[in-house]
Amino acid sequence: MIVGLRAAPFAPWSLLAEAEQALSPAERDGCGASSIFVGTMRADSGPAPVLRMHLEHYPGMTERMLARMAAAACSRWPLRQVVLVHRVGWVAPGETLVVAAAWSAHRAEAFAACRYLVESAKHQAPFWKRECRADGTSSWVTANTPAPAE
Amino acid sequence: MLDRQASGVGTVMITVRFFASLRERMGQEMRLLPAGPCTVREVWDLATDQAQPPTHLLAAVNLEYADFDAPVADGDEVAFFPPVTGGAA
Repeated sequence: MIVGLRAAPFAPWSLLAEAEQALSPAERDGCGASSIFVGTMRADSGPAPVLRMHLEHYPGMTERMLARMAAAACSRWPLRQVVLVHRVGWVAPGETLVVAAAWSAHRAEAFAACRYLVESAKHQAPFWKRECRADGTSSWVTANTPAPAE
Repeated sequence: MLDRQASGVGTVMITVRFFASLRERMGQEMRLLPAGPCTVREVWDLATDQAQPPTHLLAAVNLEYADFDAPVADGDEVAFFPPVTGGAA
């Protein structure tokens, strides 16, 4: 299980490779499915391009909630491996914001667990975004996008 | 409780923290209250001079989400913050 925060830019695919390499050959052989979500910062929201964004969190509570979500996914579905890593601090467009991934024997539980991890990190973990735009303005993102329909 | 706040020397403090837009609005990120056992709502009233809580305000006690009528004890950390906006896309 790889769970936590990153305060600097990180390579999502290296992280995912690391998670897979942490499995024993037998565990890896048992994984028929891996479902992966990589969320990246966009530059196109709002009236002016967003140059950068500050991701604030609640030290202590945020890490605890991410760990709990990963543990909850593992108890709800038969998973072999889980990744839930979220960026904090100053972020630029194109940088990874969140990586969620689940490995399992079959695709149904991998899809379900990955979706659960993404949506719970987004809607329950204490993170707040402040966007800084090209026109010199900045503002807090006040509402989360709703979860997509099943 | 207000009396204890006035003569709070020697009492165990409650730590109150504000995050994100709420921190900017309150003009402070943390304060210590010499308050005894009470509720989250009473902590809000004491820490903010009874400002009306913003819509959708969230609270946590000791790093766990809490309702406004949840109990708060000496030494606890109470946090107030706006709706969360993590994730991506």
